[in-house]
Amino acid sequence: MSATRVDPPRETAREQSAPSSTARAARYLMVVRELGVLAVLLLLILITYATNSRFLSEQSVRDLLLGAAILVILAVGQTLVIVTRNVDLSVGSLVGLIAFGTGKLLLEYPGAPIIVAILAGMLAGAFFGALNGALVALAKVPALVITLGTLYIYRSIDHLWASGQQINAADMPAGFLDFGRSAGILGIPWLAWIALIVVAVATFYMRSYRSGRELYAIGSDPDAARLSGIPSGRRVFGVFAINGALAGLAGVLYAARYGTLDATVGTGLELEVVAAAVIGGVAIFGGSGTVYGAALGALLLTTIDSALPVLRVDAFWQQAFVGALILAAIGFDRLLSVRLARRMKSRRTHVV
Amino acid sequence: MSSDVAGRRDSTRLSMLRGVVGSWEFALLVILAVTLVGSELWVDNFANTITVTFLLLDVVPIALMATALTLVVITGEIDLSVASMLGLTSAVMGQLWFSGMTLEFAIVLCILLGAVLGAVNGLFVAGLGLPSLAVTIGTLALYRGLSYVVLGDRAVADFPFDWTDRAISTIGGTGVPVAVIPTVALAILFGITLHSTPIGRALFAMGNNEDTARFSGISVAWTKFWLFVASGVMSSLAGVFWTFRYASARADNGFGLELAVVAAVLLGGVSIFGGRGSLFGVLTAVVLLATLQRTLQLASVTDEVLNLVTGSLLILSVVVPNIVQMINDRIRRPGAPVPEAAP
Amino acid sequence: MTSDSPGESGTAPLLTLTEVHKTFGAVRALRGVDLALYSGEAHALVGENGAGKSTLVKILAGAHRPDDGDMSLDGKPLALSGPADARDAGIAVIYQEPTLFPDLSVAENIFMGRQPQRRLRRIDGQAMHRQCADLFDRLGVSLDPHRPARGLSIADQQLVEIAKALSFDARILIMDEPTAALSGVEVERLFAVVRSLCDAGSAVLFVSHRLDEVFELCKRVTVLRDGAWVSTDPTADLTPDQVIRRMVGREVSAMYPKQDATIGDPVLEVRDLARLGAFEDISFSVRSGEIVALAGLVGAGRSEVARAIFGVDRYDRGSVLVNGKRLSAGRPAAAMKAGLALVPEDRRQQGLVMELSVERNANLTHRWALSRFGWLSRRTERASARQWTDLLRVKTSTVTAPVSTLSGGNQQKTVLAKWLATEPQVLIVDEPTRGIDVGTKAEVHRLLSELAGRGVAVLMVSSELPEVLGMADRVLVMHEGRLTGEIDRSEADEESVMFAATGRQEAAS
Repeated sequence: MSATRVDPPRETAREQSAPSSTARAARYLMVVRELGVLAVLLLLILITYATNSRFLSEQSVRDLLLGAAILVILAVGQTLVIVTRNVDLSVGSLVGLIAFGTGKLLLEYPGAPIIVAILAGMLAGAFFGALNGALVALAKVPALVITLGTLYIYRSIDHLWASGQQINAADMPAGFLDFGRSAGILGIPWLAWIALIVVAVATFYMRSYRSGRELYAIGSDPDAARLSGIPSGRRVFGVFAINGALAGLAGVLYAARYGTLDATVGTGLELEVVAAAVIGGVAIFGGSGTVYGAALGALLLTTIDSALPVLRVDAFWQQAFVGALILAAIGFDRLLSVRLARRMKSRRTHVV
Repeated sequence: MSSDVAGRRDSTRLSMLRGVVGSWEFALLVILAVTLVGSELWVDNFANTITVTFLLLDVVPIALMATALTLVVITGEIDLSVASMLGLTSAVMGQLWFSGMTLEFAIVLCILLGAVLGAVNGLFVAGLGLPSLAVTIGTLALYRGLSYVVLGDRAVADFPFDWTDRAISTIGGTGVPVAVIPTVALAILFGITLHSTPIGRALFAMGNNEDTARFSGISVAWTKFWLFVASGVMSSLAGVFWTFRYASARADNGFGLELAVVAAVLLGGVSIFGGRGSLFGVLTAVVLLATLQRTLQLASVTDEVLNLVTGSLLILSVVVPNIVQMINDRIRRPGAPVPEAAP
Repeated sequence: MTSDSPGESGTAPLLTLTEVHKTFGAVRALRGVDLALYSGEAHALVGENGAGKSTLVKILAGAHRPDDGDMSLDGKPLALSGPADARDAGIAVIYQEPTLFPDLSVAENIFMGRQPQRRLRRIDGQAMHRQCADLFDRLGVSLDPHRPARGLSIADQQLVEIAKALSFDARILIMDEPTAALSGVEVERLFAVVRSLCDAGSAVLFVSHRLDEVFELCKRVTVLRDGAWVSTDPTADLTPDQVIRRMVGREVSAMYPKQDATIGDPVLEVRDLARLGAFEDISFSVRSGEIVALAGLVGAGRSEVARAIFGVDRYDRGSVLVNGKRLSAGRPAAAMKAGLALVPEDRRQQGLVMELSVERNANLTHRWALSRFGWLSRRTERASARQWTDLLRVKTSTVTAPVSTLSGGNQQKTVLAKWLATEPQVLIVDEPTRGIDVGTKAEVHRLLSELAGRGVAVLMVSSELPEVLGMADRVLVMHEGRLTGEIDRSEADEESVMFAATGRQEAAS
C-alpha cells in the first residue's frame, strides 16, 4: 500500500556467512549416517574378534577384502544410478556375462595381459550399460522395468553362451588367478586396491564436480533439473554406462578371484548391491547419499557373511539378518529425515 | 495463468495411452492367440489335455500373486517379497506337518502367517511411510532367510496323497485343474473390486495423487496396509498350493519367482508409476508367459530362451507406447486434444 | 498495432515481440501479440485465464517456439531453441511455484551447473557460498547459503529463484503471478527487490491478477484477451476498472454479489485448537447461513487450521464440534460424515487428480453414495458427473475429458462440484479464487453466497482483502498462529484487518 521503499533489515555479513544451526544440523545428521554404518561395522568386527581372534588374521582379513572388493565396486556404480532416481537390476546378470566372457577370452588368449582383460570387460560392460541408459533416457521408461527386462535378457545370453559348460580354475592362466587372490602393495590385495581407487575417484567426482552434483539434482527433482537446463538425458545415459563399465570390471575381477565360472555367476547379486547402497544411506528415491556410504554398506554385508560362522551363528540366519538390517537402515533414515524436517520447519527463516 | 511446470502427464499422452491400454489387453490377447495357434501347429504334443493341465498348474501360483500385486502396483507401491512369502509359507507348513500338526490346521495357520507377513510390509510402508521398493527388498531377504532358518537344507516330502492329488486333479476330461476354480474366483473378486467398486476408484485416485486422495477422505494408509495384507494372503495361498503341487516343502521354493510375477504385472499393462492398469491384462499376460514357457519346453528349447522372450516383451511393452507417443507428437494432427492444460 | 510510447529517454526497447502466434492443436493461444519491454521499468501483463499470458511467458522462457512472429533483443533478432538459450540471452522467469532441489543447499540450487571452479575444474565450495551470501546481501535476504532447500517457505523459495536470476546477470526478469502465495510484508519486500532491479537497468515483466499491485509497481500495462493483444498503456493513464473492462470485454457486474442470508445457530465450533509450531488458542464458531472469512498474512497458519479442522492434519489440543457433537481428530472421512467439506488451497495437488477425468474427479467424494451394494454402474457415475458439472457450469467438452484439459477456473469449479455433491453443512474453502479469471471469480462468489443463503456455514480462508471485505459476515484475523481479531462486517475495512493481520494494535477503535 505504501509507496515508500521498504528496506528490509539486513543481517551482518558475519551472521550470514556462518552456517546457521539448521544447516549445521542437516550436515551433521548426514555425516552421522555414514558414521553409523562404520560404527556397526567396527562393532561387528570387534565382537567377532573377541569371539575368535583368528578373525583378524592376515589370511582372513585378506579374504574379507577380496570378497568385499567386488561388491564395493558394484555398490559404487549402483549409487550413481540410484542417486539419479533410477535403479539397475541387471548388474548381476552383467557380472555373470562378463565374468564368463573373460574366462573365454583368457582360455582363447592365455597370454593376454591382465590390463587387456580388464579393459575389454569394462568396455563390454559399458556397452551393455549404455543399452540400459539409452532405453531409460531416450524412451523415458522407468529404469526398474527396463533393467528388469535386461536382467532377463543378459542372463539368458549368458546361459545360451555357456550352454551348460563350466570353465574351471585349473584352465585359467595362473598369473590372472594370482592377481585375483594375492596381496599387492602393503599386503593389501590388488582387488582391494582397485576397489579403493574406484571409491576414491567416485567420491571425489560426486562431491567436487559439476556433473556429479547434477546427478544429485536430477534425483532430487527431475522436473526442476530439466527446467534448469541440466542435460538429464545425457547424464542418466552416462551414469548407466559407467555403472555398466564398473559391473564389467567387477565381472573381470570375479573371474580372477574365483576362476571357476558357469552361467549362474552373479545370480541375485543385484539385490545385494541395492541392499548395500540402502544400508549405506543412499536414498532409494535419489537425491542424497554417498558413494563411500554404499561402499561401507557393501563392506558391512561381506563382513557379516564371514563373521556369522565365527560367531557360531547358523549360516541360515545370514539372509534373514541382512533383510532385518535393510529394514533397520531405511527405518533409521526415515527417523533422521523426519527429525531434520521438523527442525527446519519450526524455524522462521524469513524476517517479517 | 497457473504456471505449470512442464509435467510429464499431458492429456494427449493420457488419452493416447488410455487408447493403448484399452487396446493393450487386446494386443495381449492377439499375441496369446497367435502363440497358441503357432504352438499347436508347430510343436508336437502341444494340443492335448496334459499340456493344458501343466500349463494351468504353472499359472495358478503366479496368477494368485499377480492378482494382489496388481492392486498394490496400481496404488503406486510394489511388493517384491511375494516369492519369499510363498517360500516361507511352504517351509513353515512343511515344518508344522513334520512336527505332527494336522494338515488342515497347518494350512489355516500358514494362511494367517501370510496375512501377518503382509501386515509387516504394510506396517513399514503405510505405517512408517517407508518406500515399498526398499522395504520389500528387505522383507524379500528377511522372509527367505527365515525359511532357511525354519527348514534349513531339508525338504519335507511325505504329504498325504489325498492332498497332493487334490492339488493336481483336473475337472473331468478337460485337463483343467480344479485349482483353477478358486484362482479364477479370487481374480474375479479382485477384478470387480478394482474396476467397479468405490474401493477401486479410490485405488486409482491414490495411485495418481495421494494427497488429493487423502483430502478427499480416503484412508490412504489403511488401504495400502490391507493391500499388503492381501498380497501376503495370496502369496501364502500360492505357497500352500505350490507345496502340494510339487509334494515338497523346501526353503527355496519359489526362489526368484517375484521377478516373473512383477514381469507379468508390468507386461499386463499396469503402469509402474501407479494409477493405470487392468486385472484382465495382467491375467492374460500370466497365461501368455506360461504358454510360452510350456511351448518352449515341449519344443526342447532351453528355458533361457523364455527369459530372453520375457525380458524383450517387458521392454517392448513399455518402450513401444512411448515411441508411438513421440511419433504422434511429431505428426501433430489438427483437432487433436490440447497437449497441455489451457492456461 | 504496435505499442506506443517509447521508453523514458526515448530509447529503444530491450526486448520486443512482434505479431507472435502460437497454436496448440485446435486452440489458438496467441494471435498476433506485440510486446515491448524497456530496461529500467516494470511492465504488467494482465488478462483473464485463457488470454494467453502463460503461453507468452513460456515463449519468452524458451520453453515454446512461436509458430509465427519475431522476437528481438537489443534490436537484434532472437531465436530461442530452449530454456538454456533464454538464460543465455539474459531472460529469467520466476514461476509462481518455484522448483528447487530439496536435497541440495540453497547455494547449490542457485549455482547448479555453474558452480565456481578451482584448479582441475574442482568446485570451489567456499567461493560458491560466498557469492551466494553476496547475492542475498544485495536482495536484503537473511537466508543461510548452506541450508538445504527443503522446508523453505514459498516466499523464501521465490527469493532464492530471484537470487538465481541475478546470478545469471538476467536483464529481463519475468515474474509469473509472484505474489499469489505472498501477502503484505512479503509482497512489499518483493517489490523493493523488483524496484532495485529496475533501478539497476533490468526490465521486469509482471504477470498478475492483482490489479492493485499492478498499479502500484508497474509503469505500463499490456492487456491480452483471448490470445489477442488489446492494449498497452502507461498505468498512470488508466484506472483498474478500465483495465478490467478491457480484459473482460464487457461490463463487469458487481464483483461480490453478496446475498443476505438468515443466520442461524452455530454449526461448527472450534475450541482452543492448537498444534505445536502452527497455531494455538484458536476458538471460533461458524453459524448456518454465515460466511466467516479467515484472513491474515501467508504463514499465519490459516490453512493449517482449516486442514486440522477437516482432519487432514492432526492437532495437539482442543476440540472441534459439529452441531454440538465432538468430531474425532485426524480423520477426513469422519469429518465428511459429520457434514464438513474442504476445498483445499492447492487445487492441482490437493483438490484434483489431474490424470483422471472430470467425471472421476467429481464423483470421488461421494462414490459410496453412488454405489449399490458396492457396485458402481457407469451410467450412474456419468449422470451424477453431468448433473454437477452442468449445475456449476463447468466448461468441458465431455465429462470424460481429463481434468487437466480444463482452465484454472473450471478446474476450481470441478473441485467445488466434487465437494458440493456431498451436500455439506459446513463448507471450508481455502483461497477459493486464487489464480482464477475475473469472470469465474464472480461465479464462485455468487455460488458461495447462494450456499450461505441455503443455510450452509461457510468458512473462507482468503488472502485477498477485497474478497474478504466483500464476502464475509465476520472476519477472523490470524497472525503468527493466533487469532488477533474478530471484526464484524459493518466495521471491517482494510485498515482494521491489516492491523490485526500484522499483529499491531489498532490505532483507534
